[in-house]
Parts: sequence; structure tokens; C-alpha cells
Amino acid sequence: MVPLSAYVAVSAILFITGLLGVLIRRNFIIVLMSVEIMLNAANINLVAFSHYLESLAGQLTALFIIAIAAGEAAIGLAIIIVVFRGKISTNVDEMNVLKW
Amino acid sequence: MVAVFFAYFALVSIAAGVLTVSLKNPVHCGLALLALLMHVSGLFVLLNAEFLWAVQVIVYAGAILVLYLFVLMLLNLKADERYFHSSYLYFLGPAVGGACYVLVLLLRSPYGGVKGDVPAAAVLESGDTHAVGIKMFSDHLLQFEIIGVFLLGAIIGAIVLAKTPKSIEDVTGKK
Repeated sequence: MVPLSAYVAVSAILFITGLLGVLIRRNFIIVLMSVEIMLNAANINLVAFSHYLESLAGQLTALFIIAIAAGEAAIGLAIIIVVFRGKISTNVDEMNVLKW
Repeated sequence: MVAVFFAYFALVSIAAGVLTVSLKNPVHCGLALLALLMHVSGLFVLLNAEFLWAVQVIVYAGAILVLYLFVLMLLNLKADERYFHSSYLYFLGPAVGGACYVLVLLLRSPYGGVKGDVPAAAVLESGDTHAVGIKMFSDHLLQFEIIGVFLLGAIIGAIVLAKTPKSIEDVTGKK
């Protein structure tokens, strides 16, 4: 029997990996992929607790998170296309028009 | 046996996550993300969440990842020479240290909690999809409706954003 803490540890490692990706990568598309890694880590956590605490609420929340990730990917990629059309770059350091 | 499968899925998903963050070519990153999503769905099977396994494979690997790869092909990106942020080493050290500390805390924690009313045997009796469906359309109906409206808004927003803008002459009617 795999203990619950093992699942939580995997989830924590994946979350920190995704967070690092958001912080250190410069390509906007890779940053969005790192956000997906973080959402997946949260899903593992929710499903593991749902299984070990014998409740279905965690699985439902994971389902809603997957739907939100789909919407986030669609909007994020549309924004990338708009930015790329005006300025041939997906580097996050060069997108500073709205910077105060 | 379950422990062997857990070790395989966990190690490969962590390795794929690290590769997604660290590979140079964006298409390779997308394929590493595909491996991560598939192995996370394997973890869902180990946790008796077969419906989420199917949703993960269909929605994440089938739709979201294809969308990413499609945009990558459309933009035809070259791999940047310096693809990390210039001061990434300042992030890397604290992140690894913090991760080790969090891991020690997590592995020591007992995780006691109030048990719910749906044990694994009851779920397996009628199937996970049935149990999730009954729960979703009874207790969580409002969230379901909100997600529907959210997805509609996301579709309309994506179409409006990605549409090719008309030129000024077309809008004002001048030749």
C-alpha cells in the first residue's frame, strides 16, 4: 500500500518544477506549459486525498480544474498569437508595453 | 505490485516535468509535457479515478496538448540561444532547498482527517463514472453550470482575440 504522503511528495516536486519553469523560462509558450504542470500537481493532490479520505469531492474539483485549464490554454495561446502578430517574438522579457 | 507501478509513474512524471522545463526546443518541451500528462493519468488509475483518467487522456493529451503543438507549428519558433532568464541561478538554489524542506515535512506528516462517506469498495461497486456523475449532478450542480458559462466565455474570447483585424480602409468604407 502506497502511503498518502508519497503522492503528496510527488505532487510537491511537480509543483515546484512548474513554478521554477514559470520563473526562469523566457519563452511564453513554455511558461504556459509550466502552468499546466502546476495544475497537474494540484490534481494529483486532490485525487490522492479524495481516495484516502473516501470522499468524491476531490475528484470533482480535479475535473473542474481540467476544464479551467482548457479555457486557460485557449485564451493564453490566443494572446500569444496576437502578440506574435505585432512583434515577432514570444520572449516574455520583450512584452513590456503595459509595464508601468 | 501497486508500489512498483506507483514508483514508475511517479519517477517518469517527475523526469518529464524537469525535461519540460529544461529542454531547449519548444516542440521537445511539448512532447515531454505529453509524457508527463500520460503518466499522471496512470497515477489517477492507481487512485481508483478511472473517469479522471479518461478525461485526462482525452482533454489534456488529446485537446490541450494538440492546441499547444498547433500554435508552436504556426509560429515556427526558432530555439533561442539564451532560453533561461538571466538570473535563473538565484531561483534554482532556494527552490531546491525549499523543495527538500517541504519534502521532509510532508513525509513526516500523518495526514489524519475526517473520513467521507464514499469508501473505495462502494465506488468500485457501481463504477467510478457513475459515482462521480451522481455526485456532480446532485451536490455540485452550480459549479457545473458555472464551468459551462466559463468555457463559453473562453471560446468567445479566444475567437475574438485570434481573429485577423480588418484594415482601416475596410472599416471606414473608403477605397
